[in-house]
Amino acid sequence: MTELIFEQSTAGRINNAQYQSGTFSIDDLPQALLRKTSPALPEVSEMQAVRHYTRLSQLNFAIDTHFYPLGSCTMKHNPRICNEAAMYDGFSGRHPLSPASTGQGVLSCLYDLQEILKDISGMSEVSLAPMAGAQGEFTGIAMIRAYHEARADDARQEILVPDAAHGTNPATAVMCGYTVKEIPTLDNGDVDIDALRAAVGPQTAGLMLTNPSTLGVFERQITEIAALVHEAGGLLYYDGANMNAILGKVKPGEMGFDVIHLNLHKTFSTPHGGGGPGAGPVGVSKRLVPFLPVPRIAESSGEYVLLDKNDCPQSIGRLSCFMGNTGILLRAWIYARMLGREGMKRVADYATLNANYMKVKLEQGGFDMAYKSRRATHEFILTLKKEKTETGVTAMDFAKRLLDKGYHAPTTYFPLLVPECFLIEPTESESLEELDGFIAAMEEIRRESVEQTELVKSAPHSLPVRRLDDVRAARKLDVVWQEDAV
Amino acid sequence: MPFIPHTEEETRKMLDAIGVSNIDELFDEIPADLINEKLDYVPPAMDEAGIRRLCKNSAQSDGHYVNFIGAGAYEHHIPAAVWQVATRGEFYSAYTPYQAEASQGTLQLLYEYQTMMASLTAMEVSNASLYEGASALAEAVLMSVRAQRKKYRILMPETINPAYRETTETIVKNQGITISNIDYSGDTGTIDLGQLNDQFTDDVAALVIPQPNYFGALEQVDELVDLAHKQGCLVIAVVNPLSLAILKAPGEWGENGADIVVGEGQPLGIPLSSGGPYFGFMCCTQKIVRQMPGRLIGRTLDAEGKQGFTLTLQAREQHIRRSKATSNICTNQGLMVTAATLYMSLMGPAGMAQAAKASHANTRLLVEKLTAIDGVEVVFNSPFFHECVLRIDSPLDDLVREITAEGIIAGMPLGADFEGLQDCLLVCATELRTEEEMDNFALHLERIVSKG
Repeated sequence: MTELIFEQSTAGRINNAQYQSGTFSIDDLPQALLRKTSPALPEVSEMQAVRHYTRLSQLNFAIDTHFYPLGSCTMKHNPRICNEAAMYDGFSGRHPLSPASTGQGVLSCLYDLQEILKDISGMSEVSLAPMAGAQGEFTGIAMIRAYHEARADDARQEILVPDAAHGTNPATAVMCGYTVKEIPTLDNGDVDIDALRAAVGPQTAGLMLTNPSTLGVFERQITEIAALVHEAGGLLYYDGANMNAILGKVKPGEMGFDVIHLNLHKTFSTPHGGGGPGAGPVGVSKRLVPFLPVPRIAESSGEYVLLDKNDCPQSIGRLSCFMGNTGILLRAWIYARMLGREGMKRVADYATLNANYMKVKLEQGGFDMAYKSRRATHEFILTLKKEKTETGVTAMDFAKRLLDKGYHAPTTYFPLLVPECFLIEPTESESLEELDGFIAAMEEIRRESVEQTELVKSAPHSLPVRRLDDVRAARKLDVVWQEDAV
Repeated sequence: MPFIPHTEEETRKMLDAIGVSNIDELFDEIPADLINEKLDYVPPAMDEAGIRRLCKNSAQSDGHYVNFIGAGAYEHHIPAAVWQVATRGEFYSAYTPYQAEASQGTLQLLYEYQTMMASLTAMEVSNASLYEGASALAEAVLMSVRAQRKKYRILMPETINPAYRETTETIVKNQGITISNIDYSGDTGTIDLGQLNDQFTDDVAALVIPQPNYFGALEQVDELVDLAHKQGCLVIAVVNPLSLAILKAPGEWGENGADIVVGEGQPLGIPLSSGGPYFGFMCCTQKIVRQMPGRLIGRTLDAEGKQGFTLTLQAREQHIRRSKATSNICTNQGLMVTAATLYMSLMGPAGMAQAAKASHANTRLLVEKLTAIDGVEVVFNSPFFHECVLRIDSPLDDLVREITAEGIIAGMPLGADFEGLQDCLLVCATELRTEEEMDNFALHLERIVSKG
């Protein structure tokens, strides 16, 4: 355990180097509007702060320190040049509201990124405004709504979502004022197309689909699905969470999707940062272009400009105060330019090679795959149902024991359809040795769960803390430190 | 191959293990007519030296300007240690702390962040952050409607940043929520209390109070909060976190304080970067915490009774509740909050108060220098924090262009957003502006204005 920064605080300690010199009066401000007591922020030296947070960082697993096969999150290497260049003064110091003439450098990079994303997605136009995947989803569904409304097609009040979808999909549909209807999945991992046929109709606003799906398989009937939804007058939304599997190989626009979002923090390697910031650009087919959010970056006689609501009267509007997570977009652009034309397809190739290699090796090692007969995409699902029945050791226990062995656990208990599951995504950046090491660790844990069950059930043993009491955390809510609590 | 470690021999070995002859075979479940490897636009790959050169040139071409513009994003001193520590790989390349035992660094930091924000705002709870300020206001609006049940009207003053109103409208408009505008007084540039009084109908869920407001002016927050609470409304405060080092905290406004506090976290150590990534903060009272969106970190005990940190109240969130979640939000802005936590630790309460005071004093000095020019005057008769609206007797578009050419960003013209303020400029001088820079700004302004 590391002491909290507040416990290291000493009243009156000031960081002189950070302290603006001079005496400044605020006597002109009304007393009634001023703060009477100082906020309880830490009073520590620069060295204390640096040491404290450096030590905290060392308690983390990260891509830079550990294999991190978190399924559906695409934890690939984050090249350092992307961070270095995004922090150059000219980029990081520019005020968002300064005239576009002062930002031709940054705007040219962003415009280039838009064009690259159009090319790889097969969409007509791209907006970089959404600040995360979930906001990209919101943007997409809001555009679908605006499209139907512009045609006075008001009966369309339902969004279809496969039951395997990410939780953000149904949550997004509700945020846009839609009701959600779930479509079941077949045992082979494909969408139940008969159920879909029965579900579509004049009430259908659209279908949200991830392809490859969250089950780690490619939806083979996608062309038929697109035709069904389109014939019913609905639109197709592509959740780009799994784009890494098909980058440079398949274009979502050519699968029939009308609107897509891409997670740049996945496919384009921008940092996950302990949970953000992300970036979730959207791409649209021609008929949705007028509804794209503002500001939009456009080129007009050799100059880059920002289009606002006056230029785009049908736009769904603004998603943030300024123009999205620009610094993240820059990192993604740098990565894209370094991959280049030939590097895009290679990402999908080697991500898929790594996943299929792991699937086969783990299967040979005696683990059960949820979709045995299917090819893995960039990820796959392993189920520990058999192990649980035989030894009582759960997927959670396996996950915690993996941490002891120096591997971040895969995604656990998602998708909800598969019991005791691991969703494993190695990404293309991992080497053969690393994959073999993980496979060996899995086999070792299975041996341990037979011979030393308790050791596995009580893991982790070698981390800064043992298993945490989540129930207590929710019941005795302690989200703000107070002296003498706990 | 960039970022792919495989040698040819390893690739072969792996293909053999799988039992296929080449990588393309691994894609055999994809209908053949969907495979399209042709890219028309994407240029050939660049190496690191090449991309560095290209970025340096682009960044350089954007140049370096002296900012007298704020309007929602502010250029403050950022201690060197902030980003050196925040971009350590262990913070930079970790993800959402789903495996708590392997993420205690990020989790403890976020718990410390929550504590700092709660203290700064004098609220009981803070979440682990949202995307940025404007969308945080939209989330606060949705939260107030959930907490109030069956009340769907929000009172939004004209003195809010117009981009915040637009963002909120985009995000909440499909949920049957009405946003009603409240006028401002042309004299003070603050909420018109008389007009506000007539707006409290039974269906009002919340009143939004910006402090300082978009014009930089200070609202009569105590009176506003008491008025709203008397009418059964919640209060959503929109505040600048740095200003709270010297201004009254929203939790202490009026008799009972604000109910939800949101704002833009950028002033706390985040570079301007053309608008992002920043982070939004959100704090609230204990009473409505279960309506709060976003990640929340809790302190708990481990199996041996030792203190540890974990994601908590996840039952509110989309990955558990799906269509019934409080929001579709999936992440926070972890890396930005890491920087902000470092910023607040390095500055401390005294350092932040000093930066806030210096920004206030600098803006007063700037206003003094600029209004000494014939044809430049202060518009509103109100105390301000670190921004002020000036009326300038000169066509603003040309003026801004000419001053930009001198390497100065003059401020934010208000004409596009506010009727009657066509000739007005919102200016700001943070603690970083020197007197020399202000004199230079005044010199150019005088030259242009005197030209008529």
